[in-house]
Amino acid sequence: MRYNDPSPLEVRVISQRFDIPNSVSIDTYLANDGYVAIKKVLGLTPEAIIEELKTSALRGRGGAGFPTGMKWSFVPRNTGKPTYIICNSDESEPGTCKDRLLMENDPHQLIEGMLIAGWTIKSNKGYIFIRGEYRYLIDIVDRAIAEAYERGYLGKNILGSGWDFDVYTHTGAGAYECGEESALLESLEGKRGVPRLKPPFPAVVGAFQSPTILNNCETFSAVPVIFRNGGAWYSSLGTPKNGGTRLVCISGHVNKPGVYELPMGFPIMRIIDEVCGGVRNGKKLKAVIPGGSSAPVLRAEECDIPYDFDSLAKAKSMAGSGGIVVLDEDTDIVAVALRTIKFYAHESCGWCIPCREGTTWLKKLLTRFHEGGGVPSDIDLIGELSANMLGRTFCALGDAAAMPTGGFITKFRGEFEEYLRKSRATTPVAELASV
Amino acid sequence: MTFSPALEERFAKLLTSYPPRRLRSAIVPMLLYAQDEIGCVSPELIEEVARRCEVTPLQVDEVIGYYSMLHRKPLGKYHVQVCTNIACQALGAEELYDHASRTLRLGNREVTEDGLISLEEVECMGACSWAPAIQINYDFHHFVTPERFDRLMESLRDGSYGKKAS
Repeated sequence: MRYNDPSPLEVRVISQRFDIPNSVSIDTYLANDGYVAIKKVLGLTPEAIIEELKTSALRGRGGAGFPTGMKWSFVPRNTGKPTYIICNSDESEPGTCKDRLLMENDPHQLIEGMLIAGWTIKSNKGYIFIRGEYRYLIDIVDRAIAEAYERGYLGKNILGSGWDFDVYTHTGAGAYECGEESALLESLEGKRGVPRLKPPFPAVVGAFQSPTILNNCETFSAVPVIFRNGGAWYSSLGTPKNGGTRLVCISGHVNKPGVYELPMGFPIMRIIDEVCGGVRNGKKLKAVIPGGSSAPVLRAEECDIPYDFDSLAKAKSMAGSGGIVVLDEDTDIVAVALRTIKFYAHESCGWCIPCREGTTWLKKLLTRFHEGGGVPSDIDLIGELSANMLGRTFCALGDAAAMPTGGFITKFRGEFEEYLRKSRATTPVAELASV
Repeated sequence: MTFSPALEERFAKLLTSYPPRRLRSAIVPMLLYAQDEIGCVSPELIEEVARRCEVTPLQVDEVIGYYSMLHRKPLGKYHVQVCTNIACQALGAEELYDHASRTLRLGNREVTEDGLISLEEVECMGACSWAPAIQINYDFHHFVTPERFDRLMESLRDGSYGKKAS
């Protein structure tokens, strides 16, 4: 089910079956263009499949926006090793709640996307890594997998092709870091989810030390429709370098928060005003966190831009995982900055010192600041600490913590200064809170 | 140790899910699924999972601290998890958590004396667009107000939870 009403402005491509009764069943899927794409793809060469994906301009929906066709092309063939297809359904970037809907409403679409990836590199095994909190989804996806075996879409000799493919679910157990691809692979191997040094990238040395296609749940879910309707058709839904649609998760101070499927490049202000009915209670917009909590904040006046990977990068932020948090004029930015860094400090795996120590120092500084014990030099110190974390860690968690923190300071410096003046008088907490 | 037939079936499937000599992959799923049945990750469970995955108990033990859903002591029969991350925070989740803590008289990760309810302030659980959200064990509850929270807690206490629409 969906938890919010649809919007007439949506372009329903990967969410097209969400409202059909019993959309999880294989019969519903088959009656609504399901498993059509894999039949087509079984007649294509890997080169033709990858070319079609490149034409579609599909980019990874997990956060980085890397072109999917290119990612698949990096997988070496004929290494003699087994190969793997891994779906990242560890969805845990704050602000993001879309993979949940894809698995809850259309698990077969995901399975078909993984099948297409599997056929492309002649892999025989796929794993869907689902965060531990999504237990009910593991049950839904397991049932869908069982149905697919019964009907011959998984297992031995799929559709008479002579090719075998198995899919399994694998549960996480509460760790944001496992959404990072190399940490996810460590976790899949039964270890602590600490990231690996890259290169080699998972395409070459991935799951179980073998070549691997690893994509986000939404990315795999977009693959079947691309092969059903063509890469050019999919690409035309979005902008030239940002093909198709994506599920945008809007939360915070809007009248109609929800997950909506919108074409890439749909303007952010139209998402807020037209899709979501504007800022609630007639308040003014103060800021938008545009791509999950690791995306640097945008001030209201910076939000008049299209929602796609390149436009957001140009605005020195990112479209990331598709989670947009809308903040109204009454929002306490210092409190948001503190809550954000608390999260990253909690989730830092501790492997790299700049991340482990940096997030903790930032949390201490912001805690003191928030409690009224800050000093004027703290503002620059917070900015400097963030800058020193950037690019100095194995994985992107250090950056994910530093970027938004630096962003809050840069974009709302006045508010930090104002905060300092106001709060010191009333709550003179001079000591750092213990952590 | 022996587990329920359903869990044994799940374990049997897990142990055939991974490539040869990769039984270790089943450690985290086994710990989590077993914890749901026996209440926590006990020393016996660590030994048992190690035996079944053909690794040393230390190799099992060392992953536990990393995963925040795994815990060595039992939580309440109903584990109430309140998300206070930014999307929920924007819509009053910190106030909701304070309300929960005050009314249940529980601090973070504490359990009521009768063992019925435990409380935890958690990170983003993937319900941002329907905030504020809580999870009771694995059930999501969206758009939770303090009043609705109180009704949910009442239903936990009177045994009606899950038996009627909340």
